[in-house]
Amino acid sequence: MNLRLYLLQRVTAALMLPLVLGHLIVIFYATSTKLTAADILGRTEGSIGWALFYGAFVCLVAVHGAIGFATIAREWFGAGGQAPTIIMWTVGVVLLLLGLRAVFAVTMPGGLS
Amino acid sequence: MQVSREHSATLDRTNTVNANVTKLEVRVWRGGEAGHYDTFSVPKRTNQTVLDVVTWIQRNLDPTLSYRFACRVGMCGSCGMTVNGAPRWTCRTHVSKVASDNLLEIGPLANLPVIKDLTADMSRFFEKWQQAEGTFVPTKTRKDPIAAIPPQDAARQNVDEAIECINCGVCFAACDVVRWNDDYLGPAALNRAWSLANDARDGGNTNRLRAISATGGCHACHSHQSCMQHCPKDLNPTRSIAGLKRLTMEAYLRGDLS
Repeated sequence: MNLRLYLLQRVTAALMLPLVLGHLIVIFYATSTKLTAADILGRTEGSIGWALFYGAFVCLVAVHGAIGFATIAREWFGAGGQAPTIIMWTVGVVLLLLGLRAVFAVTMPGGLS
Repeated sequence: MQVSREHSATLDRTNTVNANVTKLEVRVWRGGEAGHYDTFSVPKRTNQTVLDVVTWIQRNLDPTLSYRFACRVGMCGSCGMTVNGAPRWTCRTHVSKVASDNLLEIGPLANLPVIKDLTADMSRFFEKWQQAEGTFVPTKTRKDPIAAIPPQDAARQNVDEAIECINCGVCFAACDVVRWNDDYLGPAALNRAWSLANDARDGGNTNRLRAISATGGCHACHSHQSCMQHCPKDLNPTRSIAGLKRLTMEAYLRGDLS
């Protein structure tokens, strides 16, 4: 594994740790207080704080997950040559686009509609 | 194909663990990569090692059986085999510890090409050592005074365990990453690199850290710790590899590896 990618994956893992905990707390809070989707959107739409929280989360996931997928492709499926790199960039871009779209959908004032 | 043979003249029924069970059923790998297991019946004795069993088969039942050993006392690291599914040093593995229902299945070490029967080709294992720059690079001449390394020295204490490796190849056979990734240097070669990386007398660290940071180097380790679990010397190569990850990261951040 490329040393730079190795470092990047460890750094993103460390940064994600508090975000994962925050995300779990949000889930437990939302499900235990009977918040409806409308209640949740009412709090997240137009919120810079939630946009930054989940926007950062998505960026870290895209980097971390993409590097991991390349390793899995290489070690489990014997992908060689440029294949792991292509897989890494593809997975990273897809995760980033889908994730950011979801973040925009719940944090943009009025949503994406 | 299964062959059951017996040499009754050599049976020693007076020296058995259990008077009711005097025989071991031993399945032994025969042939090369595309071989098969032959079954032998071997007298069971107290304090019998797996190597004793293999030797008994070769001397009494089938002189064509190939296997490798030298010291018989756990020093040379040449008698590694797969015993009942796990890699082990056979000279110090007692049959009573590993045989279930008096059955033994003995094969060559995994993750290495099979030459014949129980003899694995160790070339790849030692080539990894060279790729990991596992060679001492001296920094002094014979005219210089001998370097004094106090036992309390932190770098020396880092490798108290690592230097005890006997290169038996058991960790290499046990490692999942070795099985998945042909480029991976493996626990023993990286453990050796860790020993030298902490040796104040050695001058080869720049090249060594570069070698073990390349594809298949220490960062490919997933810390499954099979090497630690199976090491017959109770060493912990995973810890050595973790140390190398730390050293290479520090070197990278300093700009030494770019």
